[in-house]
Amino acid sequence: MLTIKLPYDEEALLSLVASEEVLLSGRLHVGRDQVHKRLYDTIQAGGGLPFDFNGAGIYYMGPSPAPEGLPIGSAGPTTSARMDPYSPCLMEHGLRLMIGKGPRSQAVMEAIRRCKAVYLQAYGGCGALYAQCVKSCKVIAYPELGPEALLELEVVDMPLFCMIDAHGGIYQRPSI
Amino acid sequence: MSSMDAVERISEALGRAVRGLEPDVVERIRRAFDEERSKEGRMVLSRILENIEVAGRTGLPLCQDCGMFWCLVEVGRSCRTSLGDIEAVINAACGRAVVDYSFRRSVVEDPVFTRKNTGDNLPPVIHWGLVDGEDVTISFLLKGFGSENCSGVRMLRPTEGADGVVAAVVEMMKAAGGKPCPPVFLGVGIGGTMDRAAFLSKKALLRPVRQHSHDGKLASLEERLLEEVNKLGIGPGGLGGTVSCLALSIEADATHIAGLPVALSVNCWADRRAVIHFKGGVLC
Repeated sequence: MLTIKLPYDEEALLSLVASEEVLLSGRLHVGRDQVHKRLYDTIQAGGGLPFDFNGAGIYYMGPSPAPEGLPIGSAGPTTSARMDPYSPCLMEHGLRLMIGKGPRSQAVMEAIRRCKAVYLQAYGGCGALYAQCVKSCKVIAYPELGPEALLELEVVDMPLFCMIDAHGGIYQRPSI
Repeated sequence: MSSMDAVERISEALGRAVRGLEPDVVERIRRAFDEERSKEGRMVLSRILENIEVAGRTGLPLCQDCGMFWCLVEVGRSCRTSLGDIEAVINAACGRAVVDYSFRRSVVEDPVFTRKNTGDNLPPVIHWGLVDGEDVTISFLLKGFGSENCSGVRMLRPTEGADGVVAAVVEMMKAAGGKPCPPVFLGVGIGGTMDRAAFLSKKALLRPVRQHSHDGKLASLEERLLEEVNKLGIGPGGLGGTVSCLALSIEADATHIAGLPVALSVNCWADRRAVIHFKGGVLC
């Protein structure tokens, strides 16, 4: 089992290997469809980004409301493919760690290789499990998006699986 | 029964559904863990079982996508409660469940332009059907959209037969791959018009796990489809494996001489259903 702490340093990012389980801890940013569209539009318009991509990871997720006494509600991954149109642009601007579920487009895979980025998969539907890994949660931008706002989490030992690593390694399904 | 009692019964059932699965569904997932041959597939299934345990213990929703309310109301022809009253009870119960059980607010009122959140997950998608007697049965799916986005309809030629149905379902599942949180439950609707087939595919998802169609030919087609989808090797979490589909049901209906509509409703492993039966059709 590999581990990585955010913000990551170069060595830690390069230590991730496709087909391995990963435990992730530290400061993790959260954004899904509307956040991606806004980040993309901001970049196209030459504006400033709401957080520094350097050393950061983005988790495709929109939580259910936090019950009293807990930092967050259910917090599992959403389908990565919907971020595919925006991800290459974000990577060209320094984003190198993405977490979601399911396959990526050819264009995203090529951008991952070009930018030496990493794609980790979270376990789909396991929102209650991931809620347990979240120690704090705050909205850092776009609060009007409600459950889709841009969040910053503090996470501990979030269980993930490395699908694509920064060396060009890609997880291959076993043949059955 | 007062309408408040009916609202409470329905909202409690929705609250149970968002936090836990029916015993037949959990049992099927446990069995999948025993059947799965890939190491990664078993790893995903063990996380899923752990998640079910955590949700049960903490009362957190199983998945942050608490779904869109999809509902089939089967009203007895002799039922004395008005449809308007039944509709009001359903809307109130959905609205209450969302608040009481901390559902994520996932519904937007304008799909194309503003995409403004309705703030209460209303409106539900309601289908009405007539049955004999006076009872009312309300069946819900909490329909998550990671899987719904993989659902679809194909209008086949009338001569394509069972092979065509299999090819259509396999093609849609191949495109879905790891996107819908596999292993999945599948509902297949065949016949009717385009929309009727789509409705039937949802209705098929309401059948208890492994309850085959009463029609022998359809039951065999269910078996064949399940086998063909599992041959794709998508596996749990899309990481590959022997279990891609946990169960598959077909509902079929009459259609036109010129067509063979086939609809597929894809549901993630978190097959969240609630069925509430009102004996005598008394809701208020």
